[in-house]
Amino acid sequence: MEQRWGLPLIAWPDRLRPNLWDLVALPMVLGAIFLLAWGGMAMGTRYHIGETLTISLDPWHLPQYALRTVLRMAAALVASLGFSLVYAAVAAKSRAAEKIMIPLLDILQSVPILGFLSITVTGFIALFPGRLLGVECAAIFAIFTSQAWNMTFSLYQSLRTVPIELAEAARMYHLSAWQRFWRLEVPHAIPQLVWNMMMSVSGGWFFVVASEAITVSGQTILLPGIGSYIATAIAERDLGAIGYAVLVMLVVILLYDQLLFRPLLAWAAKFRGDPGGDEDIVRPWFLLVLQRAQLFDLFHSGALALNRAADAGLALLTRRRGVHRELPPGRAWVERLYDFALLALSAAALVWIVAFIRETVPGGEIGRVALLGGITAIRVVVLIALASLIWVPIGVWIGLRPRLADRVQPIVQFLAAFPANLFFPVAVVLILRFRLNAEIWLSPLMILGTQWYILFNVIAGTSALSGELRFAAVNLGVRRTLWWRRVILPAIFPAYITGAVTAAGGAWNASIVSEVVQWGDTTLRATGIGAYIAQYTAEGDAARIALGIGVLCLYVLAFNRLLWRRLYDLAAERLRLD
Amino acid sequence: MSVVAEREPTAAVDAPLLRAVAASKTYRTPDHIGRLVLERVDFTLRDGEIVAILGRSGSGKSTFLRLLAGLQPPSEGKVEYRGEVVHGPVRGVAMVFQSFALFPWLTVLGNVELGLEALGVPAAERRRRAVEAIDLIGLDGFESAYPKELSGGMRQRVGFARALVVNPEVLLLDEPFSQLDVLTAETLRNDLHDLWIEKRIPTKGIVMVSHNIEEAVEMADRILIFSSDPGRISAELPVRLARPREIDTPPFRQVVDQVYTLLTTLPGRDGRRGAKPEPIGLGYRLPEASVQQISGLLERLTDEPYHGRADLPHLADEENLDMDELFPLLELLQLLGFAHVSGGDIELTPMGRAYAEADMEGRKRIFSDAVLKHVPLAVHIRRVLDERPGHRAPAARFLRELEDHLSEEEAQRVLDTVINWGRHAEIFAYDDDEEVLSLEDY
Repeated sequence: MEQRWGLPLIAWPDRLRPNLWDLVALPMVLGAIFLLAWGGMAMGTRYHIGETLTISLDPWHLPQYALRTVLRMAAALVASLGFSLVYAAVAAKSRAAEKIMIPLLDILQSVPILGFLSITVTGFIALFPGRLLGVECAAIFAIFTSQAWNMTFSLYQSLRTVPIELAEAARMYHLSAWQRFWRLEVPHAIPQLVWNMMMSVSGGWFFVVASEAITVSGQTILLPGIGSYIATAIAERDLGAIGYAVLVMLVVILLYDQLLFRPLLAWAAKFRGDPGGDEDIVRPWFLLVLQRAQLFDLFHSGALALNRAADAGLALLTRRRGVHRELPPGRAWVERLYDFALLALSAAALVWIVAFIRETVPGGEIGRVALLGGITAIRVVVLIALASLIWVPIGVWIGLRPRLADRVQPIVQFLAAFPANLFFPVAVVLILRFRLNAEIWLSPLMILGTQWYILFNVIAGTSALSGELRFAAVNLGVRRTLWWRRVILPAIFPAYITGAVTAAGGAWNASIVSEVVQWGDTTLRATGIGAYIAQYTAEGDAARIALGIGVLCLYVLAFNRLLWRRLYDLAAERLRLD
Repeated sequence: MSVVAEREPTAAVDAPLLRAVAASKTYRTPDHIGRLVLERVDFTLRDGEIVAILGRSGSGKSTFLRLLAGLQPPSEGKVEYRGEVVHGPVRGVAMVFQSFALFPWLTVLGNVELGLEALGVPAAERRRRAVEAIDLIGLDGFESAYPKELSGGMRQRVGFARALVVNPEVLLLDEPFSQLDVLTAETLRNDLHDLWIEKRIPTKGIVMVSHNIEEAVEMADRILIFSSDPGRISAELPVRLARPREIDTPPFRQVVDQVYTLLTTLPGRDGRRGAKPEPIGLGYRLPEASVQQISGLLERLTDEPYHGRADLPHLADEENLDMDELFPLLELLQLLGFAHVSGGDIELTPMGRAYAEADMEGRKRIFSDAVLKHVPLAVHIRRVLDERPGHRAPAARFLRELEDHLSEEEAQRVLDTVINWGRHAEIFAYDDDEEVLSLEDY
């Protein structure tokens, strides 16, 4: 017994002995732990509604603010990952759950992200009374909503498409359900999930900036961070400070890319089954550190041991039987009843929401809001068309030059990640200087950040065009207009559609922040549903916020269903050869 | 020692290895109408025996293997392993998959160890046994390689090592050599054969689904022939040739001939020459063969050295056609009345000869006549189009009709096939964008 409580004797396996790489790794780990602790403490500071948090425009404070922003982003990312693992797993395993969860996800995806912020912030503040943590959570939740749905969808789809024979092999060799999830289903999903994470985080920066300045019952709380720094700079009309913020943001995004996503992407390639063409990519330096330093092997072994313990624990809990009995197929009438109950429930929810809105909002205003949605829709359509006119030819031109494309793609990706709202003040200054019409000249802001998705995808689509097809076109003497109409445009169509869908989705989201823009005490306003939502968010009118967001959702859903999905199917069908 | 340790203690050693008793499988279609894939299959795998299962696509042979594996439960009847009813994958039965089913993110060693890990074998023993299995199957030196670094043949070796490492009593092979090139397949097959004969593996029985007749004759002690719609055992053929078996010896060829004869006897027909084939129904599983292919085959058959008559094994060998390629062609030729197949031979009819000798237009006419005479589905489509005022009908209409008889996937395949023939024969036209069939206006 005494021996049991004495110092544990750990056998130190050879492969876990520290090496030179650990010299690099150890400070990094310690630094990360320190930062996490510091950030966590800062988040938990006391705060009462009504206090004002002052943000200093001194550039020396910027690194500290940036750190807070980065931690918020990281927290949201971890939360999204956890959420998507659980949600996708449940939806993929249970048909009954799937029937509610997947349509729900589809709708959540089209709710404008900033809408969540205005709805949830009071709840979060109530959750942690007297602490800043509630407000922090609301901001993190807003970022979370910009990432989670997307990642969950990706994971769900991957879980549903595990190759049948692999699943059979897993059963044949007696992997438990837990083992199957971690050894087969999650690894299978990783490449797609990592890619989606990267895209989601790109989108997330925009919302970090937008969500740090939170309005609660008519009062604005500025959470320390880059977003609040910019909000303060705008209020004080300080263009220089905005310049600093842009610079720091640049560094932050670069670091995220280098320290997180480059290594993740390279690592994820391992989980792809087919030998892709990217076998010979150079391993990012940070991944090398991670893989060579024994410190991380230690973590890895620890995680594996934990996973095994969980499996053993689960097995004990469920008293694993030696046999898997298949569930009897559900009775048809039970399924019908379930479907009916779901329909009734959603109908009831709809009636309740409409009643809530009608309590305060007169019927005529609902029609007016629908009209506002239409105006914003016109903006989105026109802007996507304009951006396409500009970026498609440029994208094709770049895509046809592989070496140039290789160099340009990371830059475009970076531009897509960069929060365009940092540049909004510049636009306001220009509009004021040249006395431009705000209705027209505020519109481009909607697409400032998302247009890059069009360019990115067009370049990718053009690069993917096989050399043989291009030579065949040259050989047949297909040139100029004919070449555009018959060769390149059909070839890049699916890629272009993907880019345009992303760009349009982003533009709808951005409308809330781009239709009303401030500079000091000057406010420029364009007519549209985004301005409507922004206005009532500032006033804290819940019914009108709900109405605005509901209408915006309907527009986005309608566009997705009626336009994008059809184009997508058409593109997929046309380019099939078999 | 480990074999004994892993076997379920209650299992009776004298009971047959695997037994299927009146095992049926019905798949539920979306509209809750069952579709019978396997009908009352009785089967016993005895100790020391290799059984090969041959059959055309759609004969449910892969489904049957999955019932034996415990991967799918039979809808009726039961499967027993050593006298105990199987409710899921059991220890003692391992499977090798057609597409290898290796985990891409695990190394060779990781893949082979996985099954042991799931059984809770301690790490040191796991490693030792995995390395042994890897050596046994000739993969030493590749322990740390990922599957994508390996060729197809090496990958399937990993598949075998993974199966053998758990010391299975029964090995189930699902067309394990079909995705390998001829030479690689032969090497791997021989290696497995040697391990089996020299009793270097504890495996006591093998069930192998195959689409290669020679492979089956070379390996098996018994060959089961499955027939289609619904799948059932239509014939059983013991192979009593001494091992190792020489492919080119007359006794071997004789068995191969026998198998061809059994396989080419069409369902519902007696296969005798001159016998009037029974008419097929609307939902008949039309063979997946294209006009190009039968044209090519007919041309070959009229040429040297065949002169309109050929021995099927010989033809398959010469023209490099495997079972899955050759049999649909034969079926279509018979269906259209272009050839007779019997006793392992094929003989062209006068119409078949006429087709081969005609020019492009002539061929089209002969083909069109034959399709309208012998393929009820084509006739039906044509009649519907004739009757409709606009002479147009959505493809989905016919697809639904076919789904009464066939699985969703099969129905789509059959419809695609008949559309292909119909377009070629100019019986009707098809617009892929709108998915609409119509009468062509010339």
